[in-house]
Amino acid sequence: MMCLAIPAKVVSVQGNVARVDFGGGIIREVDISLVEVKPDDYVLVHAGYAIQVLSREEAEETLRLWSELLETEEKLERNNI
Amino acid sequence: MFKHLKFRDPNLTKRVIGKIREAAPKRDTVKICHVCGTHEWTITHFGLRSLLPQNVEVIAGPGCPVCVTPASEIDEAVQLALKGVVVTCFGDVLRVPGSEKSLLDAKAEGADVRVVYSALDAVKMAKKEPDKEFAFFAIGFETTAPSTALEVLKKPPKNLSFLVSHRLIPPAMELLLGIGDLHIDGFIAPGHVSTIIGLKAYEIFPKAYRMPTVVAGFEPLDVLFAIYMVLKQVKDNAARLENEYVRAVSWEGNVKAQELMHKAFKIVDGEWRGLGKLPSSAFKLREEYSEYDARERFGVKISHGRDLLPGCQCHLVMIGKIKPTECPLFMKACTPQKPMGACMVSMEGTCSIWAKAINT
Repeated sequence: MMCLAIPAKVVSVQGNVARVDFGGGIIREVDISLVEVKPDDYVLVHAGYAIQVLSREEAEETLRLWSELLETEEKLERNNI
Repeated sequence: MFKHLKFRDPNLTKRVIGKIREAAPKRDTVKICHVCGTHEWTITHFGLRSLLPQNVEVIAGPGCPVCVTPASEIDEAVQLALKGVVVTCFGDVLRVPGSEKSLLDAKAEGADVRVVYSALDAVKMAKKEPDKEFAFFAIGFETTAPSTALEVLKKPPKNLSFLVSHRLIPPAMELLLGIGDLHIDGFIAPGHVSTIIGLKAYEIFPKAYRMPTVVAGFEPLDVLFAIYMVLKQVKDNAARLENEYVRAVSWEGNVKAQELMHKAFKIVDGEWRGLGKLPSSAFKLREEYSEYDARERFGVKISHGRDLLPGCQCHLVMIGKIKPTECPLFMKACTPQKPMGACMVSMEGTCSIWAKAINT
């Protein structure tokens, strides 16, 4: 699938190639020319190429913001009632 | 990865759906359009439409790269294959109908057509068999185009050329806004294209068209939150550009990938299956790389193709004008086993996604 990109963890880097772990014991080599990565980084892999580095902090932040947003709004509503 | 981060948390899901119900207008219908096959997959696979209020409609735009490739470009690939060039392509492309034949038909006639997972596979194959001519059929949006650009710029083997058929997403979104009776109220922009082109590529939609636009990821909660974010904007009568997918998408996008694309390609008008020619919507290899242009190397050029078989409504499905179930051929003459239109062929095609959801 061409829109599909799968997150993976970088295991090791050698030149323009990285070994990445997709989880479940699936380890593959991908081209990392389009990104700057080091071991333990998370990347989005699309058709054999890492296209972006994923931010773990931002992922956690997204969830925190979601919960916060819902809580704030729910609190506001309760106060209105 | 990130699974323990609760991107599919049922409690959170329930709460977001509650918020969606509250934000939805009481009477008017709101139509939200996404432009990505993977978004359609998430929405259909997880049954998200059934969780929405009846007056909130989510439609699928032209977000399947295989589906939008015009028959004329499939014809070019078929012609190359029948000329004895080894055509390498992504698996989804194989069965997509050209005017008369698909690449699979050409293969059945003895042509050498091979499925590859990446552009790099094509390079490796060409290196391994230097006596044969290879062409890589480069299809896909801005997610795929950087890897083609990279391989072109890396000085590929002399026996490899590229049939470049990449398309750009923002012009397709502009096309939708030009369709008078479609009445879109907001966009969910494709997350993975956006990792490359960045949030900034969509600035025009809220600014020039006053269209709420939210870039979203692909977990069910990502999509539900994006729907909520669009509904909030509609409710506030606002048009903003918002990023739901901050863990992968930045304002600038992947600058390195953008530079590579700019170096290898120029932007030209592009034909879209059943939709005609869209201005500045396709990539073409720059003159300095024309020796790697398969069209020039082998003199193939087909200007007109037959995009749709009689009765096929793919062009209307692709712009969200009708649902797959409204096409008279859907699951009758056109099935995943025997597809008639491109939307049923590709795994990312709306018809194929709906067909599989019905059958599971």
